[in-house]
Amino acid sequence: MAATPPASYPEDLLYHPQHDWARIEGGEATLGITWYAQDSLGEVVFYEPPPLGKQLQQGEVYAEIESVKAVADVFAPLSGEIVAVNDALAQNPLAINEDPYGAGWLVRIAVADAGELDALMDARSYAASLGG
Amino acid sequence: VVVPAPSAAARSTRQAATPQPPPEAAGPGEARAESPDPGEPAEAVHSAAGAAAPSGRTPLLERHRAAGAKLIAFAGFDMPLHYPPRESAAPVREEHIAVRSRCGLFDVSHMGQIEVAGPHAADLLQRLLSNDVERMQLGATPARPGPGAAQYSVLCSEEGGVLDDLIAYRLGPERYLVVTNAARHASDVDWFRAHARGLEVEVRDARADYAMLALQGPAARELLRPLAELELPARMRAAEGLVAGVGALVCGTGYTGEDGVELLVAPRQAGALWDALVAHGARPAGLAARDTLRLEACLPLYGNELTTARSPIAAGLGWCCREATRFVGAPAVRAVREAGPAERLVAFRLAEPGIARAGSAVAGGGEVTSGALSPCLGAGIGLAYVPSARAAPGTALEIDVRGRPRRATVVEKPFVTGSSSAGPRPSRGDRRDAVLTDRRAAS
Repeated sequence: MAATPPASYPEDLLYHPQHDWARIEGGEATLGITWYAQDSLGEVVFYEPPPLGKQLQQGEVYAEIESVKAVADVFAPLSGEIVAVNDALAQNPLAINEDPYGAGWLVRIAVADAGELDALMDARSYAASLGG
Repeated sequence: VVVPAPSAAARSTRQAATPQPPPEAAGPGEARAESPDPGEPAEAVHSAAGAAAPSGRTPLLERHRAAGAKLIAFAGFDMPLHYPPRESAAPVREEHIAVRSRCGLFDVSHMGQIEVAGPHAADLLQRLLSNDVERMQLGATPARPGPGAAQYSVLCSEEGGVLDDLIAYRLGPERYLVVTNAARHASDVDWFRAHARGLEVEVRDARADYAMLALQGPAARELLRPLAELELPARMRAAEGLVAGVGALVCGTGYTGEDGVELLVAPRQAGALWDALVAHGARPAGLAARDTLRLEACLPLYGNELTTARSPIAAGLGWCCREATRFVGAPAVRAVREAGPAERLVAFRLAEPGIARAGSAVAGGGEVTSGALSPCLGAGIGLAYVPSARAAPGTALEIDVRGRPRRATVVEKPFVTGSSSAGPRPSRGDRRDAVLTDRRAAS
């Protein structure tokens, strides 16, 4: 039985070129890292959720994810205030590898500027940007 | 997310072969390292003067690819970082735990070999290696002559810095095999040849003659025994014989803190041996697990803990330095031993979540040389040089982790005591000397 999920880029998400995804739900967005990002990082061993209320700026770093081999900056695909964080990842950071679009979500934000959505890619464009 | 390039991983996934400790010494039980100097291009492995350029391919590369291994460029070779996980999304942790609990199989064919032979072979090695080469006896038993002792050493510069750390095996009365770190191999060959001038000794770059497999873990010997047509050598001994029908130099060494063997075989036969070991239950493991295993065992890694800028005394390797043998660098090593090093290598454990990686500064002086999440302890651990006055276990440290202070505590080495410490010990005389040597170093 496969222990890690196969590559996937769900069509209901928007993607930032630095391998982050956003799921738009009304005026809020849930954020996380893509299958490609978690695969490149390798198994995640440490993640410290950012504080509630933190203001994210599109394209700027808002968190760090540490894998066995490296620490990686996480970039915000959209601007906004953090309204929820995935506390469960502090105990089980491996969920980022196991389920990057589900249990591995990182934060939820109140979207500050819906116009920023135009700068993101759809699944097809993002997958194409990975070079196959 | 900024995804690190695969080559970046090489910095934190070093590798190596092994030695053994001075049993009771406070220092590392084993030591052996392997890593390129940070920043040193892989091409630096090639030396115009001497060593054969590495092919960049171990004879097992196609097997690693077929098994789905994630590969990294390491010291000019494509090496497996890890294999696909079997039970979780954490392949490195799975491989690490497999080695601690049972047995893992590593391809370490990137490591180098130098054969030293001739009437003056022992003289040359005594001149270059920090340990006492004259102690290396032949024969697994007196009744059965043949390859004998294995010995861990550092290779020092005239200034007393560490050029490499390596294991020497005595193959015959006037014949030795030295296993080098991949990234240091070419310069080691040059160094050996430069010091061989005027001596009746042949220094041969034997890298192309060998593939090297490491079978490590508490069950390694049990797994190997039905395949081996020889009595397996004790810890820090070597023996020749057939394993799965393949002629091998079997060495009681490793770089994991666990019992086990390293197998040196002809490259064209490495595949058959690998397949036989895997068929008998050995789990392939990659360089990432090797790095966390050696770190838990507090075995130093060349390029991290060991560099030309650090004394072996500061690194806790005084037990393998016998200045009375007058090896190159001995006066400088003795001076540091007598005066006491300004900094010492310590093991630390973070008192809060996180990982303090190599390069992190220690408040009040010093820096982290290796850091990782310990799969066995579930905590951030590492090795760091700190001022000698702050090197005692129990000392509180504060480490700057990318701008944030993290509390840590100096702890006893090693973090994890593996099955290698249960193996046969050196003679009483060796042990006493090692302890005395280490006490001198610590005083």
